[in-house]
Amino acid sequence: MSAPGETNGSHLLQLEHVSKYFGNVLALQDVSLHVNAGEVTCILGDNGAGKSTLIKILSGVHQHDGGSVRVDGEEMQFSSPRDARHAGIATVYQDLAMVPLMSIWRNFFLGEEPTKGRGPISRFDIGFAKKTAREQMAQMGIDVRDPDQPVGTLSGGERQAVAIARAIYFGARVLILDEPTSALGVKQAGVVLRYIVRAAERGVGVIFITHNPHHAYPVGDHFVLLNRGRVIGDHAKQDVTREQLVREMAGGAELEVLTHELEGVVST
Amino acid sequence: MTTADPTPVRLDERLASIGIVTRVLKRPDTGAFIGAVAVFVLFAITARQVNWAGDLGVWSSWINTAAYDGIVAVPVALLMIGGEFDLSSGVMIGSSGLLLGILTTHYHWGLWPAVVVCLLFGLAIGFLNGLTVVKTRLPSFIVTLGTFFMLRGINAGLTIKITGGVSINDIDQASGFSFAHKVFASTVWEKYGLSVATLWWLGLTVVAAWVLARTRFGNWIFGAGGDPVAARNVGVPVARTKILLFMATSTVAAFWGVMTAVGLRGMQSNEGVGREFEFIIAAVVGGCLLTGGYGSVIGAAFGAAIIGMAQIGIISSGWDSNWVYFFEGVVLVAAVMLNTAIRRRAERAR
Repeated sequence: MSAPGETNGSHLLQLEHVSKYFGNVLALQDVSLHVNAGEVTCILGDNGAGKSTLIKILSGVHQHDGGSVRVDGEEMQFSSPRDARHAGIATVYQDLAMVPLMSIWRNFFLGEEPTKGRGPISRFDIGFAKKTAREQMAQMGIDVRDPDQPVGTLSGGERQAVAIARAIYFGARVLILDEPTSALGVKQAGVVLRYIVRAAERGVGVIFITHNPHHAYPVGDHFVLLNRGRVIGDHAKQDVTREQLVREMAGGAELEVLTHELEGVVST
Repeated sequence: MTTADPTPVRLDERLASIGIVTRVLKRPDTGAFIGAVAVFVLFAITARQVNWAGDLGVWSSWINTAAYDGIVAVPVALLMIGGEFDLSSGVMIGSSGLLLGILTTHYHWGLWPAVVVCLLFGLAIGFLNGLTVVKTRLPSFIVTLGTFFMLRGINAGLTIKITGGVSINDIDQASGFSFAHKVFASTVWEKYGLSVATLWWLGLTVVAAWVLARTRFGNWIFGAGGDPVAARNVGVPVARTKILLFMATSTVAAFWGVMTAVGLRGMQSNEGVGREFEFIIAAVVGGCLLTGGYGSVIGAAFGAAIIGMAQIGIISSGWDSNWVYFFEGVVLVAAVMLNTAIRRRAERAR
């Protein structure tokens, strides 16, 4: 499967039998999955399925206790978010990477400001920052004519686009999007899904974490289902229908029982 | 395909048609500028005892007074944009001046070595303030309120213990005093009595405004104040930025303490107490948000100018000087309302 995304015969990012304990709580158990360049890998799971633990391992916040994490076939152990970023893994947290009162270009380069001049007159290269921010946003399909606009005045979807464009500009090869659509309305969620596709088209391996199979299905190339810290399903798009995904995610039989109960409640 | 998306395109067209007015209104310091002009006009009407608008001597006197608040208001504004407060910035003036006095009169140091020690003392107190805020995650309001009262106690207690009184005098006996007086407390424009402090104020404002708008550190100040969690996530050294801002505030306050002590040739043990609020008023009137992440050093300079005009204008209008406090209170509330209204308008105009 997916030969175009493979580099040196190995996956861009590969997890094998990864597990993580918090005290005696088993947060992740024997999780294996892979991400290829230019593809969208969806990680689906309900609350408590282990999605956040998985993201935190990939982004270097937590360290895994067992198994291996490989980038381009090389085994890695990230000891900090900085390590993960150096390996090209960028995490876009929902609303946690933007300062609303700051302009688009200030946000775009926050923490990575380009400078010109030396010593005491070393200064933020504002012209370059504005120009680049505008160009990079254009590549995401957004025409920013005023990069001075505060990020807080952008819509939720556009804010995600700024964060995604920034991560790609700063060399992200794997982009982890943590519930990017969960706080958005239907239309805005559609906008973000389009940016996700756009990012994958630019050759980035996208990990799209969501609890909504209806958002995942149209953009995903393959789907990993998590439940109680375990992988309960891993399907390529051609092997699965939307209905199967929805059912599997909700726990199949459990959902049928629940539907039955709910119908009972409604009819009385 | 997304260029066909109607939302961003419509936004841009509206922006292009609004242009320069919105651009000016969007600046955080616009409100303070309008306020300063309004206050100037007010006193041009009421201050009948002097030629308010036409006499450069009157201009000098309120600009001198403005410098008195404006110098420390510069780092206070930066600190506030960085999301923190420093309530110890007023009493620090007294601490530094008294330290200068004790070193020069009691221990007979030369003036310049004593100045260096005062500035180092400012750096150290600022570092402690910043470190405590960053490490404990307590609100800086509480931490620096603590520093304020500790320094206030030390100022009074040590002055009495060492001199037996409530002030230190005869700093002008120290070697190096005459040159220091020239640098810190002379008059640069004899004819109208403009003090050298106004040049320090101007210089400091220009440097700080440049740092804020044009350097990496300036971007970090906005980030650290606007959303420290987001800023840290993208790699801004938030703790370091905040500690440096606390250090700048205490050090500039200590510097102003030196200037005051040299100017007065002595120091009262209660000097500076209560001044911290005037610095904060100047910064807030200048457009700084109390919650951080937004503001302007140039605005703080207009804020200080308003306070300077109030102090001179109220006396020149023949009113009792106690009304200055009342006036500052009114200006503070009015300015915050004006700034908020302007900001909302500018944001809605997009």
